[in-house]
Amino acid sequence: MTDIASRGYSNPDVLVSTDWVADNLDTPGIRIVESNEDQLLYPAGHIPGAVQVDWAADLNDQLRRDYLQREGFEALMSRSGIGQDTTVIFYGDRNNWWACYAYWVFQLFGHSNAKVMDGGRQKWEQEGRDLVREVPTYEATNYSAPERNDASVRAFREDVLAHLEAGGQLVDVRSPQEYSGERLHMPDFPNEGALRGGHIPTAKSIPWARAANPDDGTFKTADELKDIYLNEQGLSPDGDTIAYCRIGERSSHTWFVLTHLLGFGNVRNYDGSWTEWGNLVNVPIEK
Amino acid sequence: MITEGIPRTLTDLLDEFSFLERGERVDYLIEYADQFETVPERIATRPYPEDRRVKRCESQAYVWAENQDDGTLKYWFAVENPQGISAKSFCAILDDTISGAPLEEVQRIPGDVIFDLYGKEISMGKGEGLIGILSSVQAFAREAALQQALPS
Repeated sequence: MTDIASRGYSNPDVLVSTDWVADNLDTPGIRIVESNEDQLLYPAGHIPGAVQVDWAADLNDQLRRDYLQREGFEALMSRSGIGQDTTVIFYGDRNNWWACYAYWVFQLFGHSNAKVMDGGRQKWEQEGRDLVREVPTYEATNYSAPERNDASVRAFREDVLAHLEAGGQLVDVRSPQEYSGERLHMPDFPNEGALRGGHIPTAKSIPWARAANPDDGTFKTADELKDIYLNEQGLSPDGDTIAYCRIGERSSHTWFVLTHLLGFGNVRNYDGSWTEWGNLVNVPIEK
Repeated sequence: MITEGIPRTLTDLLDEFSFLERGERVDYLIEYADQFETVPERIATRPYPEDRRVKRCESQAYVWAENQDDGTLKYWFAVENPQGISAKSFCAILDDTISGAPLEEVQRIPGDVIFDLYGKEISMGKGEGLIGILSSVQAFAREAALQQALPS
């Protein structure tokens, strides 16, 4: 894979390479954060010094379907040894899917001093780099976060309806089978189910993982991404865009790609996604 | 947790898990993953055949079954994705607890065991893959039971 700087991204600074991370393991002011789908991966071995942020236990409110509030975020930052000035480097499994999700949640609290390690766990492992089981502890910080601000990067159902009415761009990042409504959910996972199948009208079907190179989990170059999102699917970086999936995690990966790699001006993630839309009464659905 | 009529060794493990904190459960599962043994070459060699591949498992898991003298089966697995640690741990658990178990008991194992082992918070994608592994094992048990029921 070519150098990040030469791939034509609108904001190349938002990515760091595995080499960079390996060279900066002990650099002050940097905290490496692993976020995975598979909850066994971090405890089984992680980048030396990395802390874990767990999407279910740390980022979600444990009662409501919502993200953590300011106090919870401050506590999470404090125990992870992250200050307001700390540069947070996210990485994780599945093409950095969950790393992008954590990155996105951090933006709700304005922690913009954040980057993603290109290629994530997969590339780090393929390169035979060190993984350790020792869980580090850091001195607690005194992190003062602003109130959570959902407005700029998060869309709620009313926003999606208004967006639909205004003719805004929608991206459905689920599998083609979910998009077509052929497949709803597994019987054993009623929590992620929906009563109706299909997609939000006018949404383009662009499965999230198309943005990554399957061989090493790195992001595709800007030209390759433009071929998919702009040339093939007709999206415009100037149009307002909302991405969604089933519960809002896969679409945070696409949010990251559109916002930071392709420079789309206004992208929001609809985390209610299909588990909300497919259960809402009387909203438009296309099959 | 429905455990009646399923292999005793699996019930014992589920009982043990029900007393564990999340962190202890994770450690236990990692221990299993560390013990994972890939299918030996006398059973299969790479590239593994597509018909042994577990559907919808992103860890690229494969399942085989070997007939035992007592009419039960020994199950063998491969997990080709190096990050498929949950899949490896689940395969190691299945080998440990249901290889050699009565075929009808293997067929009765409910998909819920995934939650008992990995917790309710497991993602749907991950759960789907693990259930796929269990279903593949059960398909072998069902097929072997049918063969045994045929008049010789």
